Amino acid sequence: MASRLSFSNRAGWLMALPGFGLIALFVILPFVLAFVLSFTNQRLVSPNPTEWVGLSNYQSLLGLGVLHLEPERDEAGQVVTDENGAPEYPRLRSYTRNNPDYPHLQGKSEWFSFDWGNGRTYVLASDVVFMKAIVNTLIFVAVVAPVQAGLALVLALLINQRLRGINIFRTVYFMPVVVSIVVVSLLWRFIYAEDGLLNNLLSGLTFGAFDGPDWLGNPRTALGAIIGMSIWQAVGFHMVIWLSGLQTISPTLYEAGAIEGASRWQTFRYITWPGLRNTAVLILIVITMQAFALFAQIDVMTKGGPLDSTQTIVFQAVQRGYGKQDISSGATISVFLFVLVLSISLLQRWLTRERR
Amino acid sequence: MAAIDPSNRGLRLFARYAVLTLVAVIFAFPLVFMLVSSLKPDDQLLRDTASLRAFLPVGDLSLRNYYAAFDRAPVGTFILNSVFVTGVTVALSLFVCSLAGFAFVFLRWTGRDLVLSVILATLIVPFETIAIPLLLVVSKLPWIGAEGLTLGWLNTYRVQIVPFIADGLTIFLFVQYFKDLPGDLIEAARVEGASNWQIYRRIVMPLSGPILATAAILKFLVMYNQYLWPLMVVQEEGRRPVMVGLQYFFQLNRAWGEIMAYLSLITVPVLAFYLYLQRAFIASIASTGVKG
Repeated sequence: MASRLSFSNRAGWLMALPGFGLIALFVILPFVLAFVLSFTNQRLVSPNPTEWVGLSNYQSLLGLGVLHLEPERDEAGQVVTDENGAPEYPRLRSYTRNNPDYPHLQGKSEWFSFDWGNGRTYVLASDVVFMKAIVNTLIFVAVVAPVQAGLALVLALLINQRLRGINIFRTVYFMPVVVSIVVVSLLWRFIYAEDGLLNNLLSGLTFGAFDGPDWLGNPRTALGAIIGMSIWQAVGFHMVIWLSGLQTISPTLYEAGAIEGASRWQTFRYITWPGLRNTAVLILIVITMQAFALFAQIDVMTKGGPLDSTQTIVFQAVQRGYGKQDISSGATISVFLFVLVLSISLLQRWLTRERR
Repeated sequence: MAAIDPSNRGLRLFARYAVLTLVAVIFAFPLVFMLVSSLKPDDQLLRDTASLRAFLPVGDLSLRNYYAAFDRAPVGTFILNSVFVTGVTVALSLFVCSLAGFAFVFLRWTGRDLVLSVILATLIVPFETIAIPLLLVVSKLPWIGAEGLTLGWLNTYRVQIVPFIADGLTIFLFVQYFKDLPGDLIEAARVEGASNWQIYRRIVMPLSGPILATAAILKFLVMYNQYLWPLMVVQEEGRRPVMVGLQYFFQLNRAWGEIMAYLSLITVPVLAFYLYLQRAFIASIASTGVKG
């Protein structure tokens, strides 16, 4: 091929420059800026000059502390209990507010606590809401990535049959993908309402025995409801990618399998699945990247509530960077998210590497 | 599972279609609900969610919600803004990215491989991780227009268009496609003295129908469905696109019928476009699955 290429610096740069220049300005520059800004106190608009603040953005975002407390005892050495018989502990405030013996706990508040030995261990965080956002995002990714990839494969296998009218089904399954997630989120607010379609359907199917919750208003069901809807919307996308993977598998392999008398499961296990290996890795990584970006569903459906049960990393980045115009804090979250996405993709790539 | 008993075969065929249909219902019902509800008055709409009537066009049907939606918000402006921003971005993106793809595949120049690998590396940067610093960048960028030199791009069309013209995926798709074009053709044109521009314009572009369609559809879906970005950078009503315009329906007295009418208005054209070009749509999504 090399001989056919004409060496032409001027034309080459001239033709590549519009595209590369735009990417440099609108992708690479903001990407680098995110790192730089995370060490400053930059705001969108501010009368004061921007200053370097070192790691303080990271500390106030990710700071964690552990405190182990023994129950309070009276003069006789007996554990003081409240009216329910539970031991009483000293107030956390006395450790986190201006306590010279515990400078590392200054300004932190309780994230969660558990009983340990004779006392109680408290995990404290500088930013409890952000900790919840991290956990919610990780739960979302951990459920959505395998479930969506698996369902998409099932759909692809369903659609890959030779049946009259199969294209109609494929068209319908793919339909939600072209509809905006904003529109979908609004529609599903009806479905998830306390007297909404889902509860009416469930109560109809169980002859009134099932009395469903307000799915999005209940901290225990809100994140699950958003997970369900997100899978519904995006699964068609990955069905199509699986389908294109399925169609690269040579039909002669299936013929050979049929001659050998392979069962359906054996055909899938030894012919289909090995042929889908690369597709599987790609789909897993793509879904993971998309899942980490969870934002529109939250913004339209719950705004992070109830009780922060649907806070996510990107929602927090937007709330701070745009809502409070605190660019440096938003940039710090962006850097954190990028490092998280990158390390999980690399881990996935490493775990799914071909072992020879 | 040896010889299939013919009486069984009909049953199994029926079972297959039953499963396929059940799944189709799950995917279609919220959209059917949207369209049907947009024709109903609010009180009936809410009452109907208690039964299967939610999915049936029954009762007092009219286009009243659509008229009311236009009265409540500048719906026409939102739609025109979205069409304009999407159309211009798609057109510029096809031109800029195909030109870059041409330079990467058919020309040899210092720095080519490095530039290409930098562009491909941006594929692992999700937009959400650069949105906030990008907000700062566009709030400071200069522009020379009718009013002379101005600083800051907020509340303009260009802030919705220019950052999305070039992207790593589109350039990558063009590069992949161009690599498979017959090199002899380009070589022959060169021997006959055609310039690079002529080769791009007269030979490569006419052969690029499928990839242009793919890139256009992917860009169209991204641009028309933009939400996070315009939410942050466009506060001015006259410049807002359809997805952000939705907010107008949640102020003060909430009218669900009007919301359904608005959702239908902004969704049906896309669905119709998809149904008309469904093969191309599905092929373009499939092409993003090329192992990169």
